[in-house]
Amino acid sequence: MPDFLLEIGCEEIPARLIEAGSLELRERVGKLLERERLAPKGAIAFLDTPRRLAVLASGIPAAQPDVTEQITGPSLAVAYKDGQPTAAAHAFAKKAGVEVSQLEKASTPKGEYLSAKVTKKGRAASEILAELLPKEIQSIYWPKNMYWRKSSERFVRPVRWLVALLDAEVIPLEFDGIRAGNNSRGHRILADGAVQIPSAGTSYVDAVAAAKVLGRGERQQQIRKALDVATRAIPGARWREDKALLDTVVNLTEFPSVILGNFDPQFLELPEEVLVTVMRDHQKYFAVEDASGKLAPHFLAVLNTDADREGTIRHGNERVLRARFNDARFFWQTDQKQSLRDRLDLLKHVTFQKELGSYYDKTIRTQRLASWLSETVKQAGFAIRPGIVHKAACLAKTDLTTELVKEFTELQGIVGGLYARVQVLDEHMNDDVRQGISTAIYDHYKPQSMDDSVPRTVEGAVLSIADKADSIAGMFALGLIPSGSKDPFGLRRQANGIVKTIAEHKLPVQLGALMQDARIRYHGSDAEKQFSPNLSFEEAVRAFFRERLEFYLRDARGFAYDVVNAVLAAGSDDVVDAVARAEAVTKVRPSADFESISVAFKRTKNILRQAIEAGKEIAQAVDSALLKESAERALAEQVPQTAKRVESLRVDRNYEAALLEIAKLRPAIDYFFDKVMVMVEDARLRANRLALLQTLLKEFSTIADFSEIVTEGK
Amino acid sequence: MVSQSKSLTFQELILKLQTFWAQRGCVLQQPYDVEVGAGTMAPETFLRVLGNQPYKVAYLQPSRRPADGRYGENPNRLFKHTQLQVILKPPPENVQELYLESLGAIGIDLRQHDIKFEEDNWESPTLGAWGIGWQVMLDGLEITQFTYFQQCGGVDLLPISAELTYGLERIAAFLQDVDSIYDIVWARDPETGHPTTYGEVRLAEELQFSVYNFEAADVPKTWRHFEVYEAECRALLDRYAELTKAKPQVPAAEKERFPLLAAYDLCLKCSHLFNILDARGAISVTERVGVIARVRALAVGIAKAYLQQQAGQSESAGEEEPAAPVKTVKTGRGKKEPAQVG
Repeated sequence: MPDFLLEIGCEEIPARLIEAGSLELRERVGKLLERERLAPKGAIAFLDTPRRLAVLASGIPAAQPDVTEQITGPSLAVAYKDGQPTAAAHAFAKKAGVEVSQLEKASTPKGEYLSAKVTKKGRAASEILAELLPKEIQSIYWPKNMYWRKSSERFVRPVRWLVALLDAEVIPLEFDGIRAGNNSRGHRILADGAVQIPSAGTSYVDAVAAAKVLGRGERQQQIRKALDVATRAIPGARWREDKALLDTVVNLTEFPSVILGNFDPQFLELPEEVLVTVMRDHQKYFAVEDASGKLAPHFLAVLNTDADREGTIRHGNERVLRARFNDARFFWQTDQKQSLRDRLDLLKHVTFQKELGSYYDKTIRTQRLASWLSETVKQAGFAIRPGIVHKAACLAKTDLTTELVKEFTELQGIVGGLYARVQVLDEHMNDDVRQGISTAIYDHYKPQSMDDSVPRTVEGAVLSIADKADSIAGMFALGLIPSGSKDPFGLRRQANGIVKTIAEHKLPVQLGALMQDARIRYHGSDAEKQFSPNLSFEEAVRAFFRERLEFYLRDARGFAYDVVNAVLAAGSDDVVDAVARAEAVTKVRPSADFESISVAFKRTKNILRQAIEAGKEIAQAVDSALLKESAERALAEQVPQTAKRVESLRVDRNYEAALLEIAKLRPAIDYFFDKVMVMVEDARLRANRLALLQTLLKEFSTIADFSEIVTEGK
Repeated sequence: MVSQSKSLTFQELILKLQTFWAQRGCVLQQPYDVEVGAGTMAPETFLRVLGNQPYKVAYLQPSRRPADGRYGENPNRLFKHTQLQVILKPPPENVQELYLESLGAIGIDLRQHDIKFEEDNWESPTLGAWGIGWQVMLDGLEITQFTYFQQCGGVDLLPISAELTYGLERIAAFLQDVDSIYDIVWARDPETGHPTTYGEVRLAEELQFSVYNFEAADVPKTWRHFEVYEAECRALLDRYAELTKAKPQVPAAEKERFPLLAAYDLCLKCSHLFNILDARGAISVTERVGVIARVRALAVGIAKAYLQQQAGQSESAGEEEPAAPVKTVKTGRGKKEPAQVG
């Protein structure tokens, strides 16, 4: 049982694509081996670096096992004439590769037929892999691929070598003009030149390790350890954990080490956000903080080499960072020459979106929408400090015209917030208001993802929601609706942000009304002339937000999918309400009464559906004179009483109590289904009973549609 | 650390790199003498990467980006910076190794440094061009843009070309260990050892062109220039279209002498004038997209005509090679070029 190795040697693969590509290769190889009956005895292992994707499978069969199968031929009547085999019998024997005398008889329901045992010889693993692996390699999905020889040959970067081995034997495969061999390559600088791989299996890992190439896990460990060691040079200091950055540098190196560099403490005058962004996003450095958590004038750079023997690398990196920080300081100072207030007009020259106009236009719309929203929220009893939302909305996008944001686009919003903190926004403004405006602007792109926090203040939340709602409304009205993997404007992310912000601030915002208001702000604009005429805006937005809310409840809050379905079926316009209903349903769901109610509601729904499909009449209202059975009288009596109590609890949003109240109907409902036949011949009786069921369903589906709840035995 | 007196001067750096690539078979071209925003826009790249003729060329290209001017006040930014552009068509298999060797040729011992190839794909919507590649990072400094061209002038390339663009000011400042571009030693008198700095050679130019581009350029006149160059270029393209449509077919010589190269110069003029207008803040939101599209239309038109003209010159009895299919540019993580055409 030989070991199998495939190594695709490549020019540097983008760090962000290595892990997914490597995983896909491994899965493809695994499935291929499985499919071809070459499944390995042991596990499938891998090794990936910027310059290689390798897959190892230990102990695969050297050849496919032989397969014996019984094949059926012509019927006996055709195969023999006067006891002698006919031409048909000879032909079948030839096809099966046996003598006519070896043919067998098989009885089938259709009669007696000739049959033969055929043994198919398994093919050699090497032959199969040489034939099929290239297709698998070619099929790996890369978000962006290229060609370098023929346009039909595509990969993420040019492939420069291939190692394909079964133990020490080379598998004769070819991909994009490269023939596989047993020569790999080591680290570019530390061990250049060919590295001979003696055999598949662990000797591969040893051979590349000797050539200064480590696997992903080892690199990560080595980097973590080196970060710790380097930071120890500064007493009390810690390096700032940054998972995404760590993943990036792990995937940028084959043999990592770390250096500690310093920068002039004078730069600490600049806001930490700016310094950290420059270090992390532009230089891929880890930041260092002192014992109190404050940024310290040091950085950690991860190198793709073993050491910085003469200090040249540290010196070079310090030089680059100094220039970057100088730039940032220069931008910061230049930006102060023109206040945010004076930048508003400049937004007329910054495009928001081709059809939707400039950021100035957007600012005006957002300001109005935010003011309306602010009023709504205030009326519901939220403390909204005056003078903040309106002003913050007015200045929120002005930082797009600053040099600092042009250079570090990821700091949009944050820079505006920082500038608002240090600038005079209004001569008579008190510090609290200024602080409120600054925070609202700073936070208004939040949350950037489901893991990100929402704006810290209500004013910030209102601004953030208004800004995003304006974008979504405009894009939807243009017909630019996200579909499948296509969401170029990140509208899903923005809608997720709205949902999360409303939920966490518990804001009394109806999504439909919000989006309708956002749409109204486009009235009379040039943009409106481009709006898609054949689109039901309301319907499209409602469906879109329902999906986002579903995603939030399920993925961010962890509610069971059937609970989410049940709750959203009863309404998806009010986020806070939907969360409360989902919580209540989750709580009462395990009770036996509730389970039984769910079953009954499913049954009720089915009966009504079938009745409607069959064209049966349903009475407008329940006529008590037609209630013959005591079971139906009992239910008809209890429904309005319970409905009244449930409704008053529901209005108070006391959903759990309301649900428990509904659960009390169980005996009456069970009794009804036990004793009463709904679909009787008598049309009047039937119509009346159907009316009773319809009332039941209508009255008690306002919190959740219980028929959506998955019950045992279903 | 590199000691200042031993490190290469700016001009030695240029000479070393040119020698290196000349020894590897490159034609050494001169900088193109029409304003361009990047070495890519010079015809030695834009036109030569089209079609199937192999070509290897290296040239210096002063690249003008009006909006990047800083009046000579910023130590790291220039209106006009110097690129060394290398085009290898088709790219040899060891193109990365060749590139690394070239760093050795300018005195960079890679064992003493940290080198990384980090993803950076290049895209120029105005040229209908894009490619896949890296920024090459040396001790945290981006010193080269390395691109495998995939499409140019809206045309899929076959064979493709590798483009290496060295940022010479950055590399020189790194080698000489100076914090300001203006302190780079451009030349050193071999007899007296007296240095001439980058600032002495170029500072006045940076200042005056910043003033011109940001303050003095007359907007209506610049617009008029743009329109005149555009009209001339358009007219040439129209005439070429008529010529090739004519029946019976025009003689090959007629096609061959048609001044498409001149049309391309006119297109470059438009691109540069657009950049000036942009730096001047004279292009409104609504105009901007449209103007870029106008320049792109010229560039793409020339690329297609050029390919056709080249095909006409091939020896196969006037039979035209079908032009590669024209596709729309797919955007990707492009290099950001906010205010630049090119």
